[in-house]
Amino acid sequence: MELPPLALSFWIAMNATVLGLVMGLPLAWLLARRTLPARDLLTILILLPMVLPPTVLGYYLLIVVGQGGPVGWLAETLGLGRIVFTQTAAVIAAFVASAPFLIRAAQAGFEQVDPAYVEAARTLGRSELAIWLTITLPLAWRAVLAGLALAFARAVGEFGATVMVAGSIPGRTRTGSIAIYDMVQAGRMQEANVLAIALAFTTAGVLFLLTRVGRTPSW
Amino acid sequence: MTGSSRTAVEAPAQRQSVTVETVLKARAGDFELDVAFRTSAGVTALFGPSGAGKSLTLRHLAGLEDPGSGRIRLDRRILLDSDAGLNVPPRERRVGIVFQEYALFPHMSVEANVGYGLCDRSRIERTRRIEKLLAMTGLEGYGERRPRELSGGERQRVALARALAPEPELLLLDEPFAALDFRVRRELRAALRSLHERTGVPMILVTHSLEDVRKLSDWLVLLDRGRVLASGPTRSLLDDPPSQEARALVSGEELG
Repeated sequence: MELPPLALSFWIAMNATVLGLVMGLPLAWLLARRTLPARDLLTILILLPMVLPPTVLGYYLLIVVGQGGPVGWLAETLGLGRIVFTQTAAVIAAFVASAPFLIRAAQAGFEQVDPAYVEAARTLGRSELAIWLTITLPLAWRAVLAGLALAFARAVGEFGATVMVAGSIPGRTRTGSIAIYDMVQAGRMQEANVLAIALAFTTAGVLFLLTRVGRTPSW
Repeated sequence: MTGSSRTAVEAPAQRQSVTVETVLKARAGDFELDVAFRTSAGVTALFGPSGAGKSLTLRHLAGLEDPGSGRIRLDRRILLDSDAGLNVPPRERRVGIVFQEYALFPHMSVEANVGYGLCDRSRIERTRRIEKLLAMTGLEGYGERRPRELSGGERQRVALARALAPEPELLLLDEPFAALDFRVRRELRAALRSLHERTGVPMILVTHSLEDVRKLSDWLVLLDRGRVLASGPTRSLLDDPPSQEARALVSGEELG
């Protein structure tokens, strides 16, 4: 999809956050179970993107999704073409950088759900999936939402890893934060200023909306 | 309990007795559970001091613990047979449980809590059953409320109604009155007794109050440190304990 920088930022961040939700929620739920084997190792692996310098993250991503890397090779073999320097790469970079925020918050949320609720539900004859959807998820929902807001903000702000794997292609991978960098480099301070303000305010607006939804007590 | 609506009575009170047979060996950390008892009574009490393994036994009956070795039989159904590698999961056991802290779903109304185990029924049937249970437990008009808006006694009634809704073949109660003051306790004991008489569902309750044992149970299982000290009809076991240990256990009023 070809979009101006600001819209592109939100489009990519939205895709990354949805991807994070789909992949991160089950993972967070697994991590919340104390019986999971290798739980500590998995936790460190998942949280690594939060502490690594974005360029290091970008470097490793380049190795994994690049033409010689496993994901890159898989994509080409399946006929999906090259990933590096496409919008897909930008989404992947934003996803990897932002998902840990969601996973961390959601895990804490799941851990807070009293196991007695789940046990009571089991004795009432409901399936595990039904219990997860009607008890576990609704009770952890506010934590999940808080994590979602953080992850989205992080995805909008993604810069280092994105530049490394997706470059700065106008309309396709030049997101707001990258465009601002390019503008400053080119001395177009006026434009950078406008875009910076727009990015700051729209991100704050989205965060405000998300926290509003999260604060409404549902019980 | 409003004993008013006789229409809300379900099965005839005098139902064929249900036999529960438990032979169980299990470990939980350092604790060793090694119990065997059999009861066909309407209300059975598991009585003993804290740490006797009462609640753990109850959780095994409900299928909520990793199975140890042994056999649990509920009338003609085998719920656990470790030799045969059989362990019926809790959702298929038809064994209801009321937890000590009730574990009412906080994000759901009283109605939704009571109806939670009724999702396999039609909407009309479900509504009818919820209404009936709310009437039976004296909770008419409470359907829309949330658990946090209820008193301790009301919460317990909701937990009872919820556990009874899917028509369990056995109802387990873990320290049902522990969280309540003595006046509410007395009232709810009577309510529980009449609920038992109206539904005919056999009950096993865990308690460390002799008063509960005396006023509610027909059959008594004395537990201490993971073992059964004695079991038999409540009256005769209280009047004539078969051993020194059993005598010591039933002579104190309340156990710590």
